[in-house]
Amino acid sequence: MQDPALNIVVLVKHVPDAQFDRHLSDDDYTLERDESILSELDEYALEAALQLSEARGGPKAGNVVTALTMGPAAAVNAVKKSLQIGATQGLHVCDDALSGSDAAGTSLALAAAIRTLGNVDLVLTGMASTDGETSLVPAQLAERLGLAQITFASELAVAGNTVTARRESDSHSATLEAPLPALVSVTDQINEPRYPNFKGILAAKKKSITQLSLADLGLDAAEVGAAGAWTSVVEAKPRPARAQGTIITDEGDAGIRLADFLAGQKLL
Amino acid sequence: MTNILVFIDTPDGALHKSHRELLTLARSLGEPVAAVPGPVSDGLVAALGEYGTAAVVHADSADLDDVLAVRKADFLAAAMDRTQPQAVLLPNTFDGKEIAGRLSIKRRSGVVTDAIAVANDFTATKSVLAGAYTVDAQVRTGTPIITFKANSIEAETVPQATSPRTETVPVPAGAPAARITGRSEKASSGRPELSEARVVVAGGRGVNGDFSAVEDLADALGGAVGASRAATDAGWIEHSAQVGQTGQTVSPQLYISAGISGAIQQKAGMQTSKVIVAVNKDPDSPVFEIADFGIVGDLFKVLPQAAAEIRKRKS
Ligand SMILES: Cc1cc2nc3c(=O)[nH]c(=O)nc-3n(C[C@H](O)[C@H](O)[C@H](O)COP(=O)(O)OP(=O)(O)OC[C@H]3O[C@@H](n4cnc5c(N)ncnc54)[C@H](O)[C@@H]3O)c2cc1C
Ligand SMILES: Nc1ncnc2c1ncn2[C@@H]1O[C@H](COP(=O)(O)O)[C@@H](O)[C@H]1O
Repeated sequence: MQDPALNIVVLVKHVPDAQFDRHLSDDDYTLERDESILSELDEYALEAALQLSEARGGPKAGNVVTALTMGPAAAVNAVKKSLQIGATQGLHVCDDALSGSDAAGTSLALAAAIRTLGNVDLVLTGMASTDGETSLVPAQLAERLGLAQITFASELAVAGNTVTARRESDSHSATLEAPLPALVSVTDQINEPRYPNFKGILAAKKKSITQLSLADLGLDAAEVGAAGAWTSVVEAKPRPARAQGTIITDEGDAGIRLADFLAGQKLL
Repeated sequence: MTNILVFIDTPDGALHKSHRELLTLARSLGEPVAAVPGPVSDGLVAALGEYGTAAVVHADSADLDDVLAVRKADFLAAAMDRTQPQAVLLPNTFDGKEIAGRLSIKRRSGVVTDAIAVANDFTATKSVLAGAYTVDAQVRTGTPIITFKANSIEAETVPQATSPRTETVPVPAGAPAARITGRSEKASSGRPELSEARVVVAGGRGVNGDFSAVEDLADALGGAVGASRAATDAGWIEHSAQVGQTGQTVSPQLYISAGISGAIQQKAGMQTSKVIVAVNKDPDSPVFEIADFGIVGDLFKVLPQAAAEIRKRKS
């Protein structure tokens, strides 16, 4: 017998592409957001969701994978890309008052958005956003929603009412278990994310994206955005460029010259 | 009195390097109060005293050991209520961040992660955007919760050990939690820990499946072995050796990069190293932009020659 269908939410963030130089603005130290993409680390969460759904017969069997983002108007592109890759429907939390939100404000808005979806079985997230890099949003969200949580999963399976996962650390490997509903953040070791194909791109045009404002979520502007942030950046300095080093071409003695260099730096 | 609550999670009852560093930091900010999520032995209390701990609050059962974050965050919230700290410090590990995130919501308090320094007014310094910027961040709401990176401070004992008083705090029955159902230790390589090593020699796709030259140079220098994701993905070496955005961040005295092109995600994990040496056969490799000493050449020729020369000079 097939496992019962799952209602899964995947968090997808729209982030500046790390392939280009990224800048903090001089006045309020917020990140400049042109050249943004779906955070690469969230593609792994989306792939994990699609694999769970497909193993249960996909959308036809009632499985739902909702791609959820919070961000400015352009952030809808992270949702669109997720729909092209295979998510069933999209949700975009968008409101001017959200600008400058920290993890606390972000998790507040995302929690409210998830509550609009009814009984969710699983919330999947990336291990960290490639811009904020705090890994706080998943834990704060789990706490706000009262969900059990597994972070940094490198393997994931759902059977009956239980999610099992593996987590690697430097010194050991652990197997973990949590009751559904649960929140799981996944690492880039978990799978090989697929790319959108032509069929997926066409199909995405017919999928729905719901936009939600703070008012729709019943949230107060004072609780989010820069005004409601629990933390603030008071100073930001670009890292000084490294001084140009010495580059040599090996002429048969580069290993010796490396030893000379290390001796000169008192590193031997 | 300025209480600084320090989360000391030590299932084996020993005080590890990162704990000693956290306590040393706490001492610079106020009076360290250790929060231990389980029973404490006399040995642990004495060790905490060597680092100037004023008091120890702990959970009364060992049950929290195989439960993940939630219950430990419940315990820490109870410890906060009991000790009324001015700040809470945790290690910047998977668990540390998760517990900090949970605790922040429970006690309406802001968190700064990845701190490498904390000033007297609890302003925390951290590096962001893959090391492109250094920022100072402050908590504006509640009690500052800070996760502090290992190896950012030199741990020091106090001249006169304290005798910390101990008390238990009950952990209220909590929300649903994930449990650890199994655990296997990884074999140790006998080399220094990657995250703590003074010297790291790292190999990438250029080693083409053979890490022996990288390992041999690491051993000649007494260093740890690291790798790019291309090398770990190929299965040539353990994932735990991966340096970079989704691997470890290292900041050794010396980082030798061999057969690694220097992608942004790799640089994110190593560009704060004191001295960077790169060996790559392609002169246009981006890794040369951050190298203090770069060698355009074949790593299979350069590394063995360097290892032999270093051993000769050391003997
Ligand atoms: C979401 C995400 C997260 C990532 N996280 C990480 C991360 O944490 N860490 C990481 O490293 N990467 C990470 N990557 C991958 C990263 O983008 C690069 O693909 C990867 O670092 C490339 O590894 P490499 O330099 O070994 O391989 P390549 O880029 O293929 O470079 C191999 C180099 O070896 C040189 N070479 C070949 N043969 C020799 C020889 N005989 N002697 C000398 N030089 C030789 C070549 O000239 C070349 O420069 C991540 C990518 C993504 C998308
Ligand atoms: N604005 C956002 N919209 C959607 N998901 C987010 C957002 N911010 C964070 N997340 C999710 O939370 C994870 C961790 O982000 P962070 O806490 O910023 O490191 C990301 O990988 C995303 O899955």
